[in-house]
Parts: sequence; structure tokens; C-alpha cells
Amino acid sequence: MSQVSDREKAEFRQQVGAWMQANRPADPGFLLPQSFMEVGSEQQLDFLREWQHKVWSAGYLGMAWPRQYGGQGVDPVYQSIADQEMRRHGVPICFNVIGLGWAGPLINDIGTEAEKARYLKGILSGEDIWCQGFSEPDHGSDLGSAQLRARREGDEYVLNGTKIWTTMGNFAKYMILLARTNPQAERKYDGLSFFLAPMQVPGIDPRPIRKLTGEYGFTETFFTDARIPASCLMGEEGQGWKIAMRTLQYERGAEAGAAGGLAFVRIAIDDMIAELADVERDGEPALQDPAVRDQLVQMIMEEKAVVLCDRRAAIPALTTDYPFSLPLSNKLRFTESTRRMRQMAINLQGADGGLYVGDAAARQGGFWQRAYLNSFSATIGGGTSQVQANIIAEHILGLPK
Amino acid sequence: MSVIGNTALDFTDDQAMILDVARGFCADRSPLERVRDLLESDLGYDPAVWGEMVDMGWPGMALPEAVGGSGLGVSVAVPVCEALGRSLLGGPLLATLLAGQLLLRASAGRDGSAVLAAIAAGAPATIALLDNADWGTEQIRCELGSDGVLRGVKQQVMEAAAAAWLVVVAQEQGEPVLAVVPAAAVAPEARRNHVLIDATRRAQTIDFSGVQVAGDAVLRGPDVARALRDVRLLGGLLLAAEAGGSAASCLDTTVEYLKTRTQFGKLIGSYQALKHPCVEILMALDATRSFVYHAATLVGDGPLDEEAEIACRMAKAQATETLKYAGDRAVQFHGGMGFTWECDAQLYVRRAQWVQQAFGDAQHHRKRLARLLLDR
Repeated sequence: MSQVSDREKAEFRQQVGAWMQANRPADPGFLLPQSFMEVGSEQQLDFLREWQHKVWSAGYLGMAWPRQYGGQGVDPVYQSIADQEMRRHGVPICFNVIGLGWAGPLINDIGTEAEKARYLKGILSGEDIWCQGFSEPDHGSDLGSAQLRARREGDEYVLNGTKIWTTMGNFAKYMILLARTNPQAERKYDGLSFFLAPMQVPGIDPRPIRKLTGEYGFTETFFTDARIPASCLMGEEGQGWKIAMRTLQYERGAEAGAAGGLAFVRIAIDDMIAELADVERDGEPALQDPAVRDQLVQMIMEEKAVVLCDRRAAIPALTTDYPFSLPLSNKLRFTESTRRMRQMAINLQGADGGLYVGDAAARQGGFWQRAYLNSFSATIGGGTSQVQANIIAEHILGLPK
Repeated sequence: MSVIGNTALDFTDDQAMILDVARGFCADRSPLERVRDLLESDLGYDPAVWGEMVDMGWPGMALPEAVGGSGLGVSVAVPVCEALGRSLLGGPLLATLLAGQLLLRASAGRDGSAVLAAIAAGAPATIALLDNADWGTEQIRCELGSDGVLRGVKQQVMEAAAAAWLVVVAQEQGEPVLAVVPAAAVAPEARRNHVLIDATRRAQTIDFSGVQVAGDAVLRGPDVARALRDVRLLGGLLLAAEAGGSAASCLDTTVEYLKTRTQFGKLIGSYQALKHPCVEILMALDATRSFVYHAATLVGDGPLDEEAEIACRMAKAQATETLKYAGDRAVQFHGGMGFTWECDAQLYVRRAQWVQQAFGDAQHHRKRLARLLLDR
């Protein structure tokens, strides 16, 4: 429980809100990424790096991390408030998300003093970009089967294999890497180890993947006899699976150990309705069209259901039938609803719906078009919706495999 | 303000206790064999079970203590209706709860307390609301003349044969009024039993023409219109709760079959074409319960505000679509068995069709929601 008084919280909220208001960057004149997975150009990277550095310098990032490593050492509730204010003021994302939300909290939690001193500050300042090497081309959602080989040779590990969907792999200085040190292990999970690996060494070749949006943001990362110091191993050999699973718990935000900052720009249904205010259908405002209205209400209900299901999940007496149904279906519910909403936003634009990023007449520079195409990253990444449905069917409803 | 609006969802200890008791009671008194026994009976329910509900104080649970009720408010009726729906338990409770709410809200504690006391003590009641098949109209055709005599026909009066009291929605010189009529005042030949698609329910068309209403049995004034509006919303909410309960047991029935039925050498539940729609039903059910208890959080004994109206309409729209889908897929996924009377899927798919229209279907509520959400 937080020891911070309501008055202190309110004062802080006001202070951080005022700062965000005063320092929110002007429109850069190019479309900014809506999430950390969409940083596709140097131009975008430079802009976001400057913004994150500014937020950190002002003291609003990594607030709960220790002072000697670049944090403020204060109660995490302050960071939560800062994050809420960032969301409320619609400021850009803090792009170094794998560092801020995965690698950093992990190092803070179980890293050695040397690791903390070496890595944490650069994560917060944005100087050291981190990426994540979990997924492999042949094992999309099945991390336990990772095959990238790490072979010990003296004071080094020699890496061979391929990682895919490496967000910002071409910009990153470090990678949290899940690799197989013991192919003979009885359980596949026991053969995995976890590394804090440097990216800029010979034999590591991150090749940008062009997305369906036409932009970049990920790499496929090839490792060919790449040598990294043995000191990059985190924990001990064979603990890789356990450590990788541990990184997932920090997603729950500052209270769980993450540094804070926005990982993505939330697009609310209100944004879509506002966008449609001047759109016409059959010579009438689209918002007066009965079919459009019915669709919009259904979409509003989908969004509201996501929030209400979160509320109900906190009430045990209302979740007795299938206690894990709500947490386990949350991703499927949220990501599919998001995808449908963005698709609808394009459908409702009339002829403008056919335009794309780069066209001077595209609504908001093609924001909705790009957002829709990017929304598949969430319905596919982290286990496709179809895999999610299988998991729910088997684990919640008990249907056979 | 965001169109997402109020998202409060609380569940009180009273509600939790009542949900627990009601689920146990309904499951015990209404196993599906018992539901089937009653399908083709005249009354459609077991008076002994109704008597037990009266003993537990259910008809008066949402009525004030001053008239002999429990004073727990209408939000406690929601878990009870969910439990009724889960066990497909029929009878006059839901109609009685709504009639009680209508009288309570229209009288604002002035009149009608004698009938409210009777209801709280276990006299079944119902509302004679519909003049035609349009749940959306606010126009009332049934007329109360200056001579105190009713003229007009009401259709689909829920559980009318069981009701000791009929609350007739009428107009007097264009103003809505409520005429509280004892069952004995309506001759048997003025009643016609409906054949409902949901055979666990009963309803009648009643010709009230010629019924003389006692002077002190008419509720008038501005509270009547507001009470009518609120009870239409509460009817949607209680039926949404009931439909959510029915959808839950419908899904259980389907899933159980998919786990045991083998075809082509495999349990059919292993096929994704059957698995994934079950997950969709589960998720729709999760949304339904969330909307229903959100609405239960916002409705109080006073006039419903705009957020409560939005919540009730969303609950009914969501619940209706959920049960329709769950019932429809239940029949299909049972294959040839699903086409038979013997298969329990018919109970759910038939209930779904009745409940979708009662107190307004999903499109009706979405149309009203559009005004509330998009035109402000």
C-alpha cells in the first residue's frame, strides 16, 4: 500500500500535468509512431529519443528506480500518476519500451550491482536502446522451443541462429536474448539461458522487415558465429525460461517495477466519432445515418465491455463460473475490438477511406489507415487470436485438444 | 466527456448472498426434467415452489419495509433473475417484481400501498402494457373513461393467469394512468391464453373493455410517465439478467455435448469450427454479466438517470444477442439431436426468441442509445 497522502498525490498530479501541458511537443510535421513497435525511421527515432530524454530529465521517468541508477527512488504511485497525466495530455510515447518495461525492471530485480550500474541509466535516458530476442521464425508463439544456439567457448558464448520480430533491432545497442545452451536437456525449457547481449558485434545482422503498412519497425536478426562475453549470461545456464517468464510480469506497470512512460498512444472511440463529425453519407451527416449509428453503438458497447469486464474481474463473487475466463480472454477481447474499431473508422470515411499515408488529402495524414494495418500486430503477436481462442476453449471450457 | 461514460461496477454483500442462495434454490427446485414436466402444464410453474419464494420474501425484496418488503432495492432482484434464468425456472416472480416497481415508482409512497403490501406478502401481480406488437411506442391506446371504465385490449400480459393483481397501463384524456385491477374483475371470456415460443412462460391477451376501476385504484400524475419509462428499462434489465443466466447454462449444455460426442473417430469438441464459436459465446456471456451488474450498480429506487438508462439498454441489447447466439449454436452443434424436442437445446433457442423481443430488442435499444451517446 502506498504511503503517499491524497494531498501529496493531487499536488504531484497538478505539477506533472502542468509540465506536460507546457512541454508537449509541437506537431513534427510527420506521422509519429502510435507504439514502440512502429519506429521505422531515423527521423522518428531522433524525435522520440529527444522526448524521452526530456521526460527523464524532468524527473518523470523511472521515478521508482534507485537514485544511483538514474531514478528518483520514490513511491511507484508517483510514476503511475505521471503515466496517467502523459496519457491525458496525449504526449508521445517513451519509445525505449523493452528497456523500460522488460530489461530494466528485470535487472533492477535480479541483476548484479555491475549490471545495474552498467545498464539502467542508459535505458532511462534513451541513450541505450534495447530490443528483445525471444521469437524465432519457426516458433512464432512457442517460445519454449527456441533453437538459437549459444555455445560456451572459454570466456565467450558463440551465437548461431535467427530471431524475428525484433522491435528496433536495427537501432538497438542491447538485446535480452533467450538462447539454447543445452540442446540435450531433458525438458526443452531447461536447455534455455538468458543473456543481456550486445548487438553491435560482428556476426549479428539485423535486417529490417518491411511491414504491410510500407513502414519499418522490426528486424529479422541473424546470428552467425557471433561472439559475446560470457559475463552477458544472466543468472545461470538453464534458468532462461524462468527469467523470460519473469520479464512478462512487469507489463502491469510502475507498481510492478516498470520504469513508466507510454508504450503506445491509446486511440479511443471518441477520437473516431470526432473524426467523423464532418463526414457525409447520401448528402447527410454520417453521424445521422441509421446504419452508421447502429454500428457505432455496437462499437461503443464493445469498448465499454472491455472496461466493465476488467471491473468485474476484480469481484470474485461474480467470477465463480469460470474464474480465469476474464484474465485469459482479455487480450482477445481488447485486440480484436481495437482492430474492428480502426477498420470501421476507415469504412466510414467515404472516398477518403481509399487514401493512404502520403496523400495530402488523407484524413489526419492516413492515421486510421495505418492504425488499422498496425492493429494486426496485436491480434497476431503474443499468440494469434486463433491460438488465444484455442487456449480459452481448452483451459476455460475444458474442450478437448 | 467520453462516450464510454460511467463504468462503475459494485457487488454488495446483500447481492452476493442472494445470488448464492438463489442459485442453489433454483438449481434444486428446477432441474431440467422438472422444467420439461411443466412445459405443457396449464399454469407453467409449480405453486409449491412459488410458495417457497414467498416464504423467502422474494416478491417483496425490492419493496420498502413500510409495505412489508425487505427494502433492499431493485439491484437485489438482478441476481435472483439471473438464477431463475440459469435454471429456466418460470412462474410469476419476474412479472411481480416489475409490477411492484411500477406501482412503487408511480405512487411515490402516496397510494397503492395496499396492493404493494399484498405483493410483498406474496400476491402475484403483472403489468398489462402492450397495446400492439411495438415495444418502442409510447402511445397508449387502452383508455380509462371519465366513468372509470376501461376500454381496450392488452396483449402478451406476462403470467396473467397467475396474477392476483393487474396493473393496466391506460390513458385518460391523453395522460398516462395506471389502473390497478383485481384478477376477479376480468371475466374468463375476456382472457385468451397465448401460445408462446418459450414454453416455460405463460401470457394472455386481455380485453379490459367494460372493467370498472375503483376511484382509489387509479394512479395519476407526472410520476406515472416517469415510472413507466423506468419500468421499461428495469424490465429490460431483469430480462437481461435472466437471459444471461440462461445463456450460461445453454453454453454448459453445448460444451458438455462437445466433450462427449465422437464423430469421425474424434471428440467433436476438438474441432475449431465448434470450439471457437463456444469461445465467442463465453466472451459474449462475460460481456453480458459485466453490463448487467454495471446496470444493477446504477439503478436505485429513485428515478433512473441517463447513465442508468444507458446501462440498462446496453445490458438488454448485449444479453439478447448473447442468448440468441448461444441458443442458435446449441441447436446446430447438437447435430441431428439438436433438431429434436428431446434435446435441451430447444429450450434455450426458443427462450432466446421470446426474450429478444420483450421490453425491446437489441436494435430498439441501440437506436435509443445512439440518441443518448451520439447526439449530445
